[in-house]
Parts: sequence; C-alpha cells; structure tokens
Amino acid sequence: MADPKELLRLMRELDDQLVSCMRCGMCQAVCPVYAETGRETDVARGKIALLEGLARDMVKDAAGVKNRLDKCLLCGSCAANCPSGVKVLDIFLKARTILAGYLGLSPVKKAIFQGMLAHPRLFNSILGLAAKFQGIFTKPVNEMLGSSCSRVLSGAIGNRHFATLADKPLRTLVGALNTPAGKSGLKVAFYPGCLADKIFPRVGLAVIKVLNHHGVGIYLPEVQACCGIPALASGDMQTFEDLVAANVAFYGGADYDVLVTPCATCTSTIKKVWPTMSTGLAPATREKALAMAEKAMDINAFLVDKLGVAPVAPSQERAKGALKITYHDPCHLKKSLGVSTQPRTVLSQNPDYTLVEMAGCDSCCGCGGSFNLQHYEMSKHIGMVKRDNIAATGASVVATGCPACMLQITDMLSQAGDDIRVKHPVELYAEALP
Amino acid sequence: MISDALVKEFQILVGKDNVLESEVDKYAYSYDSAVLDPVAPGLVVRPTTSEALGRVVKLCNDNALPLTVRGAGTNLSGGTIPRKGGVVVLTNALSQILEINEADMYAIVQPGVITAKFAAAVAAKGLFYPPDPGSQAVSTLGGNVAENAGGLRGLKYGVTKDYVMGVEFFDVDGNLVKSGSRTVKCVTGLNLAQLMVGSEGTLGVFNSIILKLVPPPVAQKAMMAIFDDVNKASETVAAIIANKIVPATLEFMDNFTIRTVEDFSKAGLPVEAKALLLIEVDGHPVQVEEDAAKVEALCKEHGAQRIQVAKSAEERNKVWEARRAALSALARVSPTTVLEDATVPRSKIPAMISALEAIAKKYQLTIGTFGHAGDGNLHPTILTDRRNLEEWHRVEAAVDEIFDVALSLGGTLSGEHGIGMAKSRYMEKECGTGTILFSRKLKKALDPKSILNPGKILGD
Repeated sequence: MADPKELLRLMRELDDQLVSCMRCGMCQAVCPVYAETGRETDVARGKIALLEGLARDMVKDAAGVKNRLDKCLLCGSCAANCPSGVKVLDIFLKARTILAGYLGLSPVKKAIFQGMLAHPRLFNSILGLAAKFQGIFTKPVNEMLGSSCSRVLSGAIGNRHFATLADKPLRTLVGALNTPAGKSGLKVAFYPGCLADKIFPRVGLAVIKVLNHHGVGIYLPEVQACCGIPALASGDMQTFEDLVAANVAFYGGADYDVLVTPCATCTSTIKKVWPTMSTGLAPATREKALAMAEKAMDINAFLVDKLGVAPVAPSQERAKGALKITYHDPCHLKKSLGVSTQPRTVLSQNPDYTLVEMAGCDSCCGCGGSFNLQHYEMSKHIGMVKRDNIAATGASVVATGCPACMLQITDMLSQAGDDIRVKHPVELYAEALP
Repeated sequence: MISDALVKEFQILVGKDNVLESEVDKYAYSYDSAVLDPVAPGLVVRPTTSEALGRVVKLCNDNALPLTVRGAGTNLSGGTIPRKGGVVVLTNALSQILEINEADMYAIVQPGVITAKFAAAVAAKGLFYPPDPGSQAVSTLGGNVAENAGGLRGLKYGVTKDYVMGVEFFDVDGNLVKSGSRTVKCVTGLNLAQLMVGSEGTLGVFNSIILKLVPPPVAQKAMMAIFDDVNKASETVAAIIANKIVPATLEFMDNFTIRTVEDFSKAGLPVEAKALLLIEVDGHPVQVEEDAAKVEALCKEHGAQRIQVAKSAEERNKVWEARRAALSALARVSPTTVLEDATVPRSKIPAMISALEAIAKKYQLTIGTFGHAGDGNLHPTILTDRRNLEEWHRVEAAVDEIFDVALSLGGTLSGEHGIGMAKSRYMEKECGTGTILFSRKLKKALDPKSILNPGKILGD
C-alpha cells in the first residue's frame, strides 16, 4: 500500500485538470448512469468534486471515493459534451490508478490482470482451453444469437446471456499473416482486439476478407496483447504499461501504413489513451507506442477515408424486399474518435438491407467493460433502453462497430427474446462481397 | 451533527435508499456552479412523493435543521450551497409533468422537471414555453422559478416570472399553501405566487407549479451584423429598441469572445470584427420580413460593415450555435471562469460596454463580454485562475466596480443569476436599508427558526 502523502502529491498533479471543471453540471444531461440514479456522485461533476475534495484533504474516505469513481461506464459522453473541455477520461484513469495504488487491487482483479492479461501467451492458451470446456457449464437458450445462459457459474455470471467463446479463436483459424500491399498500395497491421479474436472471430475473418478484396497487405502477428484498458480502468498502471510494451514488441517492428482494429474501444485506447497514460515506458518503447497510436485507425474509418469506399444511396428498387437494419454508435467510436458516418457508409455496401435509425442511436449501451461485471443490474437497465430502441425500428439486424457493444446488445436482445442479429458493419460488407 | 435517531426518521419518510449520509455522498452536494467554497451538508434526502416532501420540511423545522432545496445544482450565485450540517433536499425524484392543457394553454409540473424536456414536451403539443436559461438541458423548473431564470428570449418573451400562473408550496410547518390558478385572470388572495418567484428557497418549498404556455411564432429570421467598432454595435442595439422593434433575441459578442469561439468551434466567425450582433425576429411571416428589413437598415445606418442573413434553418442554427458556444469556449481558456450578470436599462448598453473595457484595462484582467444586449443583461466573463491569489484580489475588485457602474447607470446587481451568497453583501447598495429590514421581517415571520436556505439573499 502506497504512502497516503504520495497519494496526495499525485492528486495535486491532477489539479490543473481538475480545476478546469467549472461545475456547470451539463454532464447531467448525457450521463447514462446519472439518468438511472439521479445521484451527483454518479455524474462527472460529482466525481471530479470528490477527487478535488480528496486532494485538498476535505474528504477523508479514499475507499469511498474510489467506489464512486468505479461506478462509471467510461463511455466519454460527459467529455464529448463538456463546455469546458475537461479531459474527464484522462482524469478518471489517472485517479483510478492513484487510488488503486493506495488501496491495493482486489485479489481477484490482481489475479486476472497481473496474471493473465500481462502474459498474452498464457492468456491466449487459458481462454483457448476454456472454450473447449464451456459447453459443460452453459446451456444454449437462444441459438440464433449464439449466446448461452450460465448453468453453473450463476454466482459470478448472474443471469447474463453471454456470447460464448468461439470454438477456435481467430489466431488458430488464420495463423500469422504477412502479405504485401496489393492494388491499393497500402499495407495494414491488423489488431483484432481480444473480443474479435476470441468471442467474435467472424468479425476478424470479415476484416481480412474485405482487406483482401481491396488489395490491402496485412501484417498479423501470431499473438497480440490486450490493449490495456481493462487494467487501466482498474487503476493497474503497471499491467497497462506491460501490455503496451508487449504490443510494441509484437507490432512495433513491422512496416505498415495504418494499424486497423475492428474494436472501437481498442482504437480509442491505442489512439487516445496510450499517448497520455504510458509516460512511464522506456523512451524507445514509448516512441514506438506513440508511432502505433499515430497510425491506429478504426476499420470503418479506414475503408471510407483511406480506401474511398463511398456511400450507396438507397434506391427505391433496392428498398424493395430489403431487410431493415439499424446501427448503434459505440461511445468509443463516435464520442471519442468522431467516427459515425463511416460505419453507416460501410453498411450501405450491402444491398440486402436498408438503414433505419433508432432513437438515441448514440446513447451508451451500458456495457462499459468491467462496469458490467460490477454493476450488472444498472448496466442491464441502461442496456434495456437501448434494446427497446432497437426493437422499435423493426430491424432484423443491429450493427455496431465495437465487439464490447456487440456483447452487451446480444445479452439484452437475448434476454428479451428478440429475433434480431447483432453484427459488425464489416461483416455486412464482407457478406456482400463475392 | 444529525443524530442517528433523526436519520432514521428521515429514512422512514423517504426510504432508506433516499437518505445519503456517508461523507462522500454528502460532499457531492457541497457546491453549485458558483465560484464559491464548498460546504458539505449534514444529510441529503431525496423525497419521491409530495407527502414525503412536506413531512421532510416539517421534520427539519421541528428540529431547527437548515434546509436547502436542490434541483440540478446549476446555480451561479451559491443559492444551492447548503449550510454546514444542514439538510439538502433533492427534487430530482419529483419530476413529473402533471398536465399539459392545450385548450387552456397551461401546464402543471413538479419542481424537478428538467426545463428542456418540458419545453420539448410542450412543443410536441404545438405550444411554446419560451424561458431558455443557458443551463436548460439540465436545470429544473423548480430551480428556474426559485431563481427567476432568464435566457436568450427575455427581450420579447420575458423571463420565468412572466410564465408562473400559480404555485403550491410547503411552509415551514409542512402546510400546503396555494396561490394563483389555471385561469388567465386571478385576484384571489395575496399574490404569493409572485412572492415565491425568485425567493431562492428562503420562503417555502415548491410542491407544484402552474406555467403559462403560448402559441409558437410561425416564422423566424436570424442575422449576424458585423462591426469594426464596439460603440457602433452597442449604439445599434439602442437604436433598434428606440425604433420600437422588439426582436426575439438580440445578442452581443465582443472581439475576444468572437476569437475564442472561432478558435474552438471553427464556425466561420469574422475574427477581425470588433463586435457582432446576433439578431432574430419572429412572429407572423409578413411582420418578420418587415422587421428584418428595418433591423438590417438600422444596422447599416449605424455602421455595420456587413450583415449576413440566415437563408435556411441550417444557417440559422449556425448563428445560434456560435452564440451558445460563447461561454463554453471562454471557459476553456482558463481554469476559473467568473460569469457576471449585472444588468442595465437597455439604452445604457453603450455606456456599460465602455465601462467594462475600462475595468478590464484598469485591473489588467481578461474579460470576454457577450450576452443579452437587447434586454441590457450582459455577461462580462472574467477568465482567471483562482489559485493565483494576487490576481483573484484584482478579480474581486473588478467585480465590485462592475456592480458600482451598473448601479450608477440605473441598473441592477443581477439580471438572471440571483443573489444567493455571492451578492448578498451588495444588496443594501442597490435597495437601501429599509428594503433589507422589510425583507428580514417578512422572512422572520414566515420562517421563525430561519431554516429555509439561511444566509441567501439577505445574508445572516
């Protein structure tokens, strides 16, 4: 456990960022958690005030502050709507790091993050093993969604309708890749992210198909490490930095134009969080991490902005017999990276569907990574609002550009018994290709 | 210190989940949007029914506990900062629109209804609720009435007080008091409804409010007039009013604000302009055309370099987005943003603007000025860092002088932000001793134990 004085010193380092909050309270209008509870400690203004109180020694209960701080989806809605431009996520991630350092990680999280995630090779093999045996623990309840209800681990997993681990992760299916640039003249490093690797390898396969179609060379190393956001969100800076360094080792030496990922959260972490939070890395490693961050790009944005995939306008002829599709804007794509038109353009490549926008298409689905594990009931309440908006469109498919959102939405739709598929825009594009 | 037994009584009234007593939870209700020191309450309660609300008020009074009602806590004068050890009563669980009556054009709301949500619900029924304070996306109607909130449309449509037809509130004994009615005319009893408007939670606790609705304007036209001289712009404001044209909105931005907004929003504002006027006329289409033409002519006559008339709804939105971004953009420049709202009779706008420039120079401060020029309510915004004590003293001196100038021009301390704790010590300057004494007698009679938001408006 760190020295409380050290905590205070670190807190004062945050001072410049904390004072930029003018307490206007506009975050109350957009915070999905506040909308559920109406509690000031749940909204960014309240959390920032608590941190300031702690830094100024006006609040004593650091564990209490950490507890309120953890009750956050890290969706970035507040930051995107903040009149003063407060770097809310930066503040929260730093503060979680400081508080966790002070209070010590909970034993469970320590085991998960330091043991498994920090050792990507081990992580890959553990999950690979789990996939083989999970059939024993789960029973299928909604075949179409590919989710299953926990039979045994009810204490830990509750009533979630988890999308199951894939039989074979993407790595096993395609192995390492290193193909030269084709007609596009571009080569990408492909970073699938943990979820597209292990839960939704079909998304990874779709990315590869689309890239091949456009003549884009692909570099995919045999292993990747987690982008680090779950560790950082728990305040585990050491694991976070180890993971960034591991990814630098896997990707840093390769020659490529763009680093693409199909995961909104991974893209936003690599692009926005790596540069601000990995300051403790060795200079050479940090330089490579910054270069990766500079090149990181969402797959939808890459297809539209780099390859020139153009929107296909819905024609009357095409609308005939077409199925309805709706699109959910992941917070980490729209609010963090400003990517919202490109996934819709990618969707429009598939002639079998017409897009019907849902109400609140850019409101958070309630997943928020470990928030979902710690505050499942609230996560579900927020998710069910999203589910209702999806169902109201009458769409047979909901697309979204983030596998974490895909997990949450799959859970919600499955629990409501909806006959609606959840897909990544790239999957829909891939389906339309020969 | 509130005893455990008393905490239990509150829990019985509102439910255990709606009583917050931990240090951390209470600290989150120690501030509002005013630049003032936080004060943590002794307890926070969140009633979910009218009955519980009334009983909470009575329980506070029976135990002489200071009580501060809080909506969204967006107050700019410290009106929702509680008394140390007192009780904060949250209204955000009392957020029902009880009725929107299209035939009689009124609505009845609970105090915790969000202003913008209400305005949208009213618009969906083809009616219009004009008051639009800057915080409307989160502010509550109870708070708007308690502070008599204004907004951009004050010039033509008035402010919150002009839409309050009646109120129901709890007195300190928990009795329900009713004043006003659903009717356009009502002279039944003392006009307590208007006494409650702007009373900042010092006289009673709102249970429900009857609000007037009006038909929406059929047509609008927005334009932007660009000036190379601040005086020309401010004289144009005075001239528009003197020519008996009442635009719905008539907003001013100085050069510093223009540059800051442009840096932030890239909306295409003319950064070389010394001042901008953003003007919107609304009403019957024929009159809108006529008024717009007159306004354009007046702007040119008074030396506007250029006038851009919005040709589409999109262009119109652009004009107002630029204005709405003003405070946001200024707030990004420095750690502390002091937003003032001293107000002068509108013909005195030119004098006020020159005085603000002189004050900025004298105290070597960065002041961005924008605001509701058409109704005399400017927002000189001082950009500073409160941690720099030397500069902070200059800020305080500058604020004092802004008030002095406003009063000397026949103006007032606050146009729309309220007195709260921030301005109570200046009250006597504007109103005189007699007013303070009268108000204190009134307060003493209605709230003998001084539990209702003590220290606000009248000091201690």
